[in-house]
Amino acid sequence: MLNCQNVTRLYSESQERPLTLQERMSVKMHVMMCSGCRNFGEQMHILRQAARTYVQGADGHADKT
Amino acid sequence: MSNAEAKPSITDISASVHTSLLADTEFLNNLQRQMHKFATLQLADAHLAEDAVQEALIGALKNAGAFGGRSALKTWVFAILKNKIVDILRQKQRMVEVSALMHEDEEEDEDFSELFDKKGYWQADERPAAWGNPEASLREGQFWRVFEACLENLPGHQARVFMMREFIELDSHEICTAVGITVSNLNVMLHRSRIRLRKCLESHWFVKGESLC
Repeated sequence: MLNCQNVTRLYSESQERPLTLQERMSVKMHVMMCSGCRNFGEQMHILRQAARTYVQGADGHADKT
Repeated sequence: MSNAEAKPSITDISASVHTSLLADTEFLNNLQRQMHKFATLQLADAHLAEDAVQEALIGALKNAGAFGGRSALKTWVFAILKNKIVDILRQKQRMVEVSALMHEDEEEDEDFSELFDKKGYWQADERPAAWGNPEASLREGQFWRVFEACLENLPGHQARVFMMREFIELDSHEICTAVGITVSNLNVMLHRSRIRLRKCLESHWFVKGESLC
């Protein structure tokens, strides 16, 4: 059974390589019961989204006027 | 552009193009400063960064009349800069400095164990909270100032490799060659950068909510 520390590593690794079926199932089972890790997983997507819209965000919203 | 060659200033670059946008020297100077800061972070070489910024600016300002406003110009000029940085990094891959390999061991003992208890579960006050509506935050100017501050506070090469991976979208092997580290070390650095960025954004921007693990 995975713990939270393992799950955070797998979330991070999933951005670099496809997780195996077993890893994906283990993470899925864990986050069903752990809102902390569920939030962590969602936030990894937000970080990526923020980085990819960095330039537009950093200036666009100040300059729209 | 060689180092011996005189580099044009923003005023020189924009002097031949008369648009209201280019008349705004404060905006252009600010843009150049931001570009230089970003290029220096990625290239770890002020001279190469200066060259990349100048070439990107010259390329973008040739078509400055086509832009409707500051945002469009800035997005365009950063897109050019991003490509310049990729070109330079790929050229540098053929001559990686051995000294770069020295960074590989930085903060080797950092494992964020303080975030977890002995069984590897979140400590109560470290558990990630729900962020509400994070997409809305991405549309707020203040969020980006916090994001940038969090990025700047990352230690060592973490900010550099994080943005290489997520903004410039280089693959792992290209980043490893550019920075002079192994793939496994890169994965550790990326993991640390994400953990730190997440925690920093939560502490300084997102309001903590209730969550149970």
